[in-house]
Amino acid sequence: MAAQDKPMAKNSIFTPFNVITGIILSAGLVLTVLRFTQGIGAVTNLDNTNPWGLWIGFDLLCGVALAAGGYVTSSACYVFGLKRFHSAVRPAILTAFLGYALVVFALHFDVGRPWKLPYPIFVSQGTSSLLFEVGLCVFLYLTVLFVETTPAAFEWLGFKRLRSWVVRLTLVLTIFGVVLSTLHQSSLGALFMIAPSKLHPLWYSGYLHVYFFISSMFAGMSMVIFEGSMAHRWLHHKMDATHLAESDGVALGFGKAASFVMMGYVGIKIIGLAVDNNWHYLTTGWGAWFLVELIGFVLFPAILYSVGAREKNLTLIRIASLWTVLGIVLNRLNISVIAFNWHLPSAERYVPSFMEVGTTLFIVTLGIVVYKFIVTRMPILHEHPDYKEVH
Amino acid sequence: MEFFTLHDFMTYTKGITYLVMGAILIFMPLYWLYLTDRDD
Repeated sequence: MAAQDKPMAKNSIFTPFNVITGIILSAGLVLTVLRFTQGIGAVTNLDNTNPWGLWIGFDLLCGVALAAGGYVTSSACYVFGLKRFHSAVRPAILTAFLGYALVVFALHFDVGRPWKLPYPIFVSQGTSSLLFEVGLCVFLYLTVLFVETTPAAFEWLGFKRLRSWVVRLTLVLTIFGVVLSTLHQSSLGALFMIAPSKLHPLWYSGYLHVYFFISSMFAGMSMVIFEGSMAHRWLHHKMDATHLAESDGVALGFGKAASFVMMGYVGIKIIGLAVDNNWHYLTTGWGAWFLVELIGFVLFPAILYSVGAREKNLTLIRIASLWTVLGIVLNRLNISVIAFNWHLPSAERYVPSFMEVGTTLFIVTLGIVVYKFIVTRMPILHEHPDYKEVH
Repeated sequence: MEFFTLHDFMTYTKGITYLVMGAILIFMPLYWLYLTDRDD
């Protein structure tokens, strides 16, 4: 039989996943070269009126919020002692680490001059700036997440002594992670408090930092459920019996907790309306959009979660988790892009260019590829045979 | 609703806020009971 007549080898690298990600990553590399050789104006629609666009609104704000699963899961397991969520800790920590790493990576596209990244921390500290606080927290938390991720890598590499040293730090790292997350999740919201005349009153509030922090909790829980369902669907063969057995309990427990927090979030959003007396805006077009976000993407999935948790309906909980993740994306984009500079005429409003969207797609795809690379090699969705029962 | 002084505004908005907070304080424990009443 001629070589070309042979059936394609079963483990061919030309799988649909590889082909699609290969195309996106190649296009992303071209965009990266364009960005760093031609300048930010060549690839974005940003200007002095709209200096922050999709890369901040999605890559940074959504990236940080959806990476909150790391601190939520590790604190549930190690601080609150809910050991039944233990199997979800490593995937959540890995997702958080990759999320934050990609946030920093994406920030380079926006800021440029990557060699200047250490300046705010080590050279010229702007201690009166919220951005400095966010930068310092992200720098420290990324380091914490990296250390928290290393036990899986050490198990994979066979570095038993190093692993045992890092595992001893688990509780300290978890507490440090919760403190840092509390600080910077809220500070990202507080950043927008500097622009009361630019952000629509329905989204602007003196409680913006509280909203960002509370919403990061259910964003993180929803992301853990969503990611767990994706892993169950596509990486089933990498999960051991413990992870498979505990995954339903994780989804039910986190779904119930997310529902409760989301109801509380709706409550404090209503308090925000009352404090600023913004009720009259609800009858406008912006009010309708605000209600779509609050009722359609917070209250509705909260109810879905509650019904799913009561009926033990995992499909409903998984739908609610995706819905909530989309709601968080909508909320962050509303604050940073859609309801920002809302009073400007439409000709002066910011709409991202296709190259900005392409770069964002490139960064998300990069995250998925690295996640897949790690979980197919390291003990993330299963326990390493040498360390079973060692927690 | 028209306001002529800051005091008017604060009285009105604080009044509404306290009512909302009272409703939330009653609602949230009930919602927790609704979420957990089928737990084993």
